[in-house]
Amino acid sequence: MMAFLLENKNFIAQLLLIGFVFQVLQISAAVLVYFERKIAAWAQQRYGPHLVGPSGSLQPIADIVKLMFKEELRPRGADTFLFYLAPILSAAAAFGAFAVVPFGTSTTLFGLLDKPLALEVTDVNVAMLVIFAITSMGVYGVVLAGWSSNSKYSMLGALRSSAQMISYELSYGMSLAAVVMLAGSLSLRSIVDAQAGYWFHVIPKWYVFIQPIGFFIFMTAGVAETNRAPFDFPEAEQELVAGYHTEYSSMSFALFFMAEYINMFTVSAVATDLFLGGWHGPFLPSWLGWAWFLLKVSFLLFFYIWMRWTLPRYRYDQLMEFGWKWLLPMAVINLLATAGIVLGMGW
Amino acid sequence: MDGLYFWIFAVIAVLASLGVVGQRNPMYSVLLLIVSFGALSGLYVLLNAPFVAAIQIIIYAGAIMVLFLFVVMLLNVPTEDPVKGYHVKLLGGAGPRHFGAVLAVALVAELVWAMSHLRLTAMPESAGTTSSVYQIGLKLFRDYAFAFEATSVLILLAMVGAVILARKEN
Repeated sequence: MMAFLLENKNFIAQLLLIGFVFQVLQISAAVLVYFERKIAAWAQQRYGPHLVGPSGSLQPIADIVKLMFKEELRPRGADTFLFYLAPILSAAAAFGAFAVVPFGTSTTLFGLLDKPLALEVTDVNVAMLVIFAITSMGVYGVVLAGWSSNSKYSMLGALRSSAQMISYELSYGMSLAAVVMLAGSLSLRSIVDAQAGYWFHVIPKWYVFIQPIGFFIFMTAGVAETNRAPFDFPEAEQELVAGYHTEYSSMSFALFFMAEYINMFTVSAVATDLFLGGWHGPFLPSWLGWAWFLLKVSFLLFFYIWMRWTLPRYRYDQLMEFGWKWLLPMAVINLLATAGIVLGMGW
Repeated sequence: MDGLYFWIFAVIAVLASLGVVGQRNPMYSVLLLIVSFGALSGLYVLLNAPFVAAIQIIIYAGAIMVLFLFVVMLLNVPTEDPVKGYHVKLLGGAGPRHFGAVLAVALVAELVWAMSHLRLTAMPESAGTTSSVYQIGLKLFRDYAFAFEATSVLILLAMVGAVILARKEN
């Protein structure tokens, strides 16, 4: 047993890394819920959670325990199989998408491993498309939840979700394509490495500086994809009670909730890799790159939450109009301009 | 090992496709079609074509099937019943059924002919290992540029037609 462990150190390390990423994603959901409530409270001049643990920091754990002991309800006339499948699909897509996101350079864990271990679950040479494919599967969780609940609010939420997703997926893909053209690769690791170094020794070579419009489109479409305010139509609590997850309770609801926060985390992580130079940054040695990565992701997540409590929700037709008449043309022009520059200057 | 994976994906693809036509609930048909697309995508990965596999999921399982689902759900909305006893009577009459049988025989004959004339050549090793995206791009925009452009014009025509049909008469 011991010999086996010593011989396959890299294999074991890889397994541990997968477990680590899985746990971090779960914990990030809990942490995000806490910060969301704290920032909301700060924006609205109240305390927020402050009773459980020091400044309420154990509140998410209390919530999870509460959800676990709640009764699992199912409306009469609901399609049993799909009703229980939907939250699982949502959560699986959320976890799966992160599998190809790199978050640091390789490490040997201070010489413990023979070969350096890359800080990502798996390296695929079409990583960007894989993320795109898996996140586009996530919408089925929402749609099926809405349909199988056999309730009008859920149904409306599901319909909105599929319409919204079709409208924003195109611009999303095109903003990604512009970055792929600049980097000349679909692998996230090569894209991040293409952003190393500085212009004039000061400005980091991040794609956000040459693709500001692309970054804007990516983040906007990302917010729409994750169903966050101001594009949170599938939920829209003032109109649809809770949208697609109205009829869910207990852990099924928790899965949807978790999936939403993990999706936020994934979109921020992908944006960091694509536009903000991933783990590259000044001052820190390269093996501490993941600290930069985490810092950038936290910044984007804060932005996400800040936006929710700042901007009011759009009207539904405004959302469609914005997606098709503004975002999509903008994405097309950005793509064509990038293609022209890449061809003309031989980037 | 690859052989095992092939059989897993192949069996899933065939069973799911049979399920698409074999059962009555249109919602489950759409979902089974997605499962079938997923299994096909697995087969593409086995063929060293990760790009095609990802595109298969994004375009077919992602975009197109969401539209299908959207339509199925919209058609279901007015009744708001659970879909118990919901019948699609597209192929109900005797006429369409006979026509379908003729088409099926034609398809089988075609398949048998194609299979018997198939010459099995080894795949070029470089197909997937380097960068299949690059090679697909070259093929698409150089060798098959005309077919590619012709297809896009065809799709554009369909789109224009749909817009005209959907436009309100003033």
